[in-house]
Amino acid sequence: MAALEVEGLTRHYGEREALADVSLSLDAGQTLVVFGPNGAGKTTLLRVLASLLRPHAGSVRVLGSSLPGEAWAVRARIGLLGHEPLLYRELTARENLRFYARLYGIEDERVHELLESVAMHGRANEPLRTLSRGMVQRVAVARAVLHDPELLLLDEPNANLDPAAIELVVPLLAGGSGPNGLRTRVICSHDPSGGLAQADVVLGLRAGRPALLRAAAEVDPDEIAELYR
Amino acid sequence: MEAQSRRVAGSSETKNRRRDGAVMYGRGLPTLSIATVVAIAVSLSLVFFYAPLEAEQGFLQKIFYVHVPLAIIALCGFVLGGLLAIQHLRTRDPRWDMRSYVVIHMSLIFAVGTLITGSIWAKGSWGHWWVWSEPTLVSFLIVFLLYATYQPLRFAIEDPERQSRYASVFAITAGAFVPANFIAVRLSTAYLHPRVLGSTSNLPASMALTFLVSLGALSLLFATLCKYELTAKHTRSQIRALRRRLDGGDAGAPARARSAVPSLQHLTTSGAGPVVSAPAAGSSAR
Amino acid sequence: MSGVHAPPRALPSVRPARPPRLWPTVGALLRKELLVELRTLESVPGMSLFAVTTFVLFHFALNRSSVEGDLAAGILWVTLLFAAILGVNRLFVADADQGGFDGFLLAPVDRSAMFLSKVLTLLAFLVVLELVAVPAFALLLLGSPLGPALPGLLATLALGDLGVAVIGTLVAAMAVQTRARDLLGPLLALPLFVPIVIGGARATSPLLVAVHPGTPALRWLLTLGLYDLLFGLIAYALFDFLLED
Repeated sequence: MAALEVEGLTRHYGEREALADVSLSLDAGQTLVVFGPNGAGKTTLLRVLASLLRPHAGSVRVLGSSLPGEAWAVRARIGLLGHEPLLYRELTARENLRFYARLYGIEDERVHELLESVAMHGRANEPLRTLSRGMVQRVAVARAVLHDPELLLLDEPNANLDPAAIELVVPLLAGGSGPNGLRTRVICSHDPSGGLAQADVVLGLRAGRPALLRAAAEVDPDEIAELYR
Repeated sequence: MEAQSRRVAGSSETKNRRRDGAVMYGRGLPTLSIATVVAIAVSLSLVFFYAPLEAEQGFLQKIFYVHVPLAIIALCGFVLGGLLAIQHLRTRDPRWDMRSYVVIHMSLIFAVGTLITGSIWAKGSWGHWWVWSEPTLVSFLIVFLLYATYQPLRFAIEDPERQSRYASVFAITAGAFVPANFIAVRLSTAYLHPRVLGSTSNLPASMALTFLVSLGALSLLFATLCKYELTAKHTRSQIRALRRRLDGGDAGAPARARSAVPSLQHLTTSGAGPVVSAPAAGSSAR
Repeated sequence: MSGVHAPPRALPSVRPARPPRLWPTVGALLRKELLVELRTLESVPGMSLFAVTTFVLFHFALNRSSVEGDLAAGILWVTLLFAAILGVNRLFVADADQGGFDGFLLAPVDRSAMFLSKVLTLLAFLVVLELVAVPAFALLLLGSPLGPALPGLLATLALGDLGVAVIGTLVAAMAVQTRARDLLGPLLALPLFVPIVIGGARATSPLLVAVHPGTPALRWLLTLGLYDLLFGLIAYALFDFLLED
């Protein structure tokens, strides 16, 4: 069953077209990596898939439900890690995660486990504004996978993380529910070789339009570099 | 090349659409304008030559024939703006937002007219430019203060879709506020002072007729002005869309400056047919 | 520090039992609001201090040591409203600046929960404000005894607070996403507050009289109540449109 089915997706920003006629399909457990220069529409695409933005034209089906009409049915199964950590700076890591746990109907033990998995257990009771960006990002990762989503949407997830932290975080982001214990993922990336390595399918956006859509095995890193010219 | 006649949301477009697919706005504008001019002329003659002079207030009382219709039309306009905004939120069609915007805009102008004529009337009757004892005037002041924030609110939101949405929420809230405010102010002034500028019921027939004609004429004026503004904005939007196509899509066209006016662009960028005045290059001759 | 270099354990698959219902969500949001306010103390102390300072200003501006009746009611209500505006301005700032809207919108919850939680939060702020402002008013400016006036005053304040909370929440959500948020908030809210001032001040003024104090007239309490109901329904219906993108 396809985890994502997008057909002719269009989204305007006033007179500009943020996304124009984007179509793609992704099976469960696969990873889609999206490349493109700034302003190409990567973040917009991610936000549409996350049900935060509604499509202006075209159809979007996520995990079997169409957006925006049936968004309520899939929200519990989608996770987003964007540029913003979506955490309250005045609250501690534990308080932030507990808050989201309550929103998602998750038990507190899960919060405890995740704090350990991202190695934030020792600093879990300090307000986030006292922590470094790398630490906040780790807590943000915990927030994104708190409810063990089947579909994970990531916007440059390794930003602000040091290599040790990246090691901690990668298995969390990759593994979980879904076939073969793998999450379906859509990742926006600026790193051609690194991104390509993780991808099953590659989408290249330029000015909101799909410039490239192919299985990762058939894509050359040079073609990705072309997008940025 | 047959231009596709795209089924645009909102069936009011189908009757304005020519066979070659172009959408025309402003149909009926000349007729409406003439009707308005005639109506105003008739109404003015009635006011000056037909309606009797009122015993107490004399000639000044005739301003009542302008002040009260302006007030009624402005009030109805504000409420109408709210209703149009409800349609916008229900259908997400930006044209409803454009209509709501124009109607509120025009009602605000009529409201200012109400305040000015009311003030003149108060000065003439009571010697003061402002009286707190006239609930209509007071309510209008409050309503004016509220709607004066409509345009700044729109201008302060850059994302056009969000701007339209927030403006609609405002228009609905404010539209509900108008009658509620009237009642509340009425209650408070009745408590303090009796109404002084006289009610509009129990009018002799000649005055009633003049009043109704005046109301009709000013309503026509309101409708005509709204239609003018809507036509102008729609046409400008179509021209911009054409220019974008000529310039080769989004890449060539400059970004539109920040504006409080609703954006209609995403209706026309995907090719809803040529504008009437464009040379019919390749489209089927009619 | 344990856990930094050890590989993370595989976590068992988690499925929430059922999506949270409305009131537990409101509870979770409320807890978050009050926790943030307790940590930052950026709304309530400011509102209360503002009210007390304003009373002092009124003393000098009016050149009076004590006020009664209409004047007292007016000063009290206007001061409370302006103090409320301070709270309204700050109501959504943390959410807007720290991505709280997105986090909430992603969650599988009833979106009305945000409206309810914010109204209750603002209501709580107003109650604390009045706990400070009303005694301060009685101390500094009121020329009549507060005791006998208290029941009627509390009833009127309760109704007025509800209206302010509902309208304040709606306006705050509108203003926070604009560029001139601190200016537009008051400009939008104050005209909408006029009927509340009318009802509140007219209801309160017979209470604040030393000789023969009366009771608040039913018509004014009714006005307040109906206004609260009308705008409560409208705000509830429209709020979700402000949240989405």
